[in-house]
Amino acid sequence: MSGPLVVHAVMVAGILFALGLTGLLARRNLLFMLMSVEVMLNAAGLGFIAAGARWGAPDGQVMFLFILTLAAAEVPVALALVLQVHRRFHTLDADAVTLMEG
Amino acid sequence: MLDWFWIIPALPLAGFLVLTLGPSLSRATVSGMTLATSTLAAMLSASIAVALLQQGFHPVGYSRSLWTWIDLDGFTTRIALYIDALSMTMVLIITGVGLLVQLYATEYMSEDDEYQRFFAYMNLFVGSMLVLVLADNLLLLFLGWEGVGLCSYLLIGFWYRDLLNGRAARKAFIVNRIGDAAMLVGLCLLFTELGTLEIQAILRNATLQWTIGDPLVVTATVLLLGGAIGKSAQVPLHVWLPDAMAGPTPVSALIHSATMVTAGVYLIARTHTLFALAPVTQTAIVVIGTTTMLFAASSALVQRDIKRVFAYSTISQLGYMFIALGVGATGAAIFHLFTHACFKALLFLLAGALMFSLHHEKDLMNMGGLRRDLPLLFWAAVIGAASLSGLPFITAGFFSKDQILLQAWISPNGGRWLLTAGLIGSVLTALYSFRVVFLAFFGEKHREVSKSPGWRMTLPMGILAVLSLGIGWLGWSPRAEEPSWFIRLMDTAMPVHQPDPITEAQAGMVAVLASSAALLGVAGAYLMYMQRPASLEAVVKTEAVQAIRQFLFRGWAFNWLYRLTIQKPFRLFAQAAKHDLVERAYDRLLVRPFLSTAGSAKGDIVDQAYERLLMRPFQWVADINQDDVLDRLYRGLTRLVEQAAVTARRLQTGQVRWYATVLAAGAVGLAGLAVLA
Repeated sequence: MSGPLVVHAVMVAGILFALGLTGLLARRNLLFMLMSVEVMLNAAGLGFIAAGARWGAPDGQVMFLFILTLAAAEVPVALALVLQVHRRFHTLDADAVTLMEG
Repeated sequence: MLDWFWIIPALPLAGFLVLTLGPSLSRATVSGMTLATSTLAAMLSASIAVALLQQGFHPVGYSRSLWTWIDLDGFTTRIALYIDALSMTMVLIITGVGLLVQLYATEYMSEDDEYQRFFAYMNLFVGSMLVLVLADNLLLLFLGWEGVGLCSYLLIGFWYRDLLNGRAARKAFIVNRIGDAAMLVGLCLLFTELGTLEIQAILRNATLQWTIGDPLVVTATVLLLGGAIGKSAQVPLHVWLPDAMAGPTPVSALIHSATMVTAGVYLIARTHTLFALAPVTQTAIVVIGTTTMLFAASSALVQRDIKRVFAYSTISQLGYMFIALGVGATGAAIFHLFTHACFKALLFLLAGALMFSLHHEKDLMNMGGLRRDLPLLFWAAVIGAASLSGLPFITAGFFSKDQILLQAWISPNGGRWLLTAGLIGSVLTALYSFRVVFLAFFGEKHREVSKSPGWRMTLPMGILAVLSLGIGWLGWSPRAEEPSWFIRLMDTAMPVHQPDPITEAQAGMVAVLASSAALLGVAGAYLMYMQRPASLEAVVKTEAVQAIRQFLFRGWAFNWLYRLTIQKPFRLFAQAAKHDLVERAYDRLLVRPFLSTAGSAKGDIVDQAYERLLMRPFQWVADINQDDVLDRLYRGLTRLVEQAAVTARRLQTGQVRWYATVLAAGAVGLAGLAVLA
């Protein structure tokens, strides 16, 4: 991959990451927050791919596979938590789901 | 002109993007845009077909590379499209039937709240299907393959508020996944063995590298076949298709009868050179096709839901196509695919129109006597059923089925038994198709017609009816030794190595047998559902017949079998794992003995000695030494920690979003430091 393309890819990754972060901060529904986290993970993955392509090294893709695996492993845990939250609080609003008093 | 054929799949995909990402549009805009892109795509594919025909189909087809998709050392995949007689036929079917069904859907779905979402999915489907059939390499084909699978899932579960629809959608998706996993492994095998995924290169290399019956080619074809039987709903992966009728009827017409389910047939036809190298797999295809064809035709006989009748009928007709593929008559298979797309889409649109006119009534037993109220639908049903049964000479279904039966007979893979099975299937087909006609349109009236379908619904049905009657002549040849125009066209894309010689007598005999089978079926249906002689009614009432009927009604109890062999053991396993052995063993062997020892050892002599000699003196010292400097120091420390905790507690709000904000701010701060330093 040539120079400018890498820059573009990194820019796309940055934009994706910022979008995901914005979603995470702005959304209150746990499901959408989860999706935003996935978007951020993918942005990181794209960054790795681009960097790997830039240096002609396979490490970037290896890392991406790890991220993919991580995301796959994370989703069932997170979804199970979401289910539990819904059962216990009857809402998915992240702001309403707290028992702390601080 | 030919260079522009990549626009055909791009049009519906663009429509999908606009409908999905764009703002919420009015119904008129949505339907106008969809119809515009579909019409353009259909016109473009028609003109490209004409251009191809004028140039004379080149045996290798035309390919056009758009861009590089994946570029690695030793593995390069392009987004490239390839067009030849085979893909052109598929493109014409997809864009043509797609346009008609979408026109129909603009009226059928007009009351639905989620009009835009529906057409977005439909556009995505048409685009993915076009990518599937135009793909130049197997990876791109797989992308389209998964795309249509996704759309099928989304559209079966379109009315997702009903839990049953969601379940049907998941079933379709999961069953298809089983086949797709096999197909993906097959692709990997082909790549590691042949070093490429481009279809034409694979076909070339395979003939050079493998001899007939090589275990590797057998494995590869079996894996591809796995994908094909999943998508084309063949035994044993057919269970999803009858349930897929939960989707809106235009979806059933376009996806679950005319186009997507034929993708398996297309895949095998496309890679037919591989299958020709693996006679074992071909025999397997014949066996699967024959079983499926007979099983589904018999199940269609007793269904009450009109859409389920046609669903089983689709499975059965796909079985015919598989038989043709298995005996090496790929041209005949594609011809049947072509005619089937027309008449089955017509029948599904008819079912939809009946439901539209009768307040969503699907049960055949509640219809009846509709001939006078809905004459247009009546004639559509007669034409569709006649073509499906293959009534001689006037219908398209006759010509295509006749081809398959003929090839099944003379091919070395087939024989007399296969011809017999095919003829039995023909009788059953005619029986169940005219059962629908007689039950819905004759006899007593059970329901009043609430509204009649408008021109947007009747016009597509009219066009499809004309096609169901007319296109058969493309596959007609005046002399038996010479293949017909359509078959010769297909042969340019899929060269047959040694065409089996057909004599005039053989052709004539099969034609006579096929026609009499169809007529026999129609006569049987007339006798059973119109005349209803008393002796027949008595036979039907007997227990044995009722049991068979129930067995057929449940589709040979495949669902029950899968529940018993897969679902139940899995559930039991999950149940067992919930209170598993390890946990119990720990409890019995460690926790309980320890607890009981500890209980009995309480208050023994060791305990007492400790208490007298150590605890009491210590307590005494502690008592007199209260409140010295050290104590104050420690107490001060506790207070400090307490205060710190109260302060720090303010940070711990339990608000996830607050944490995320702090985290992000911290990360930004650190990154800023790194940049500045």
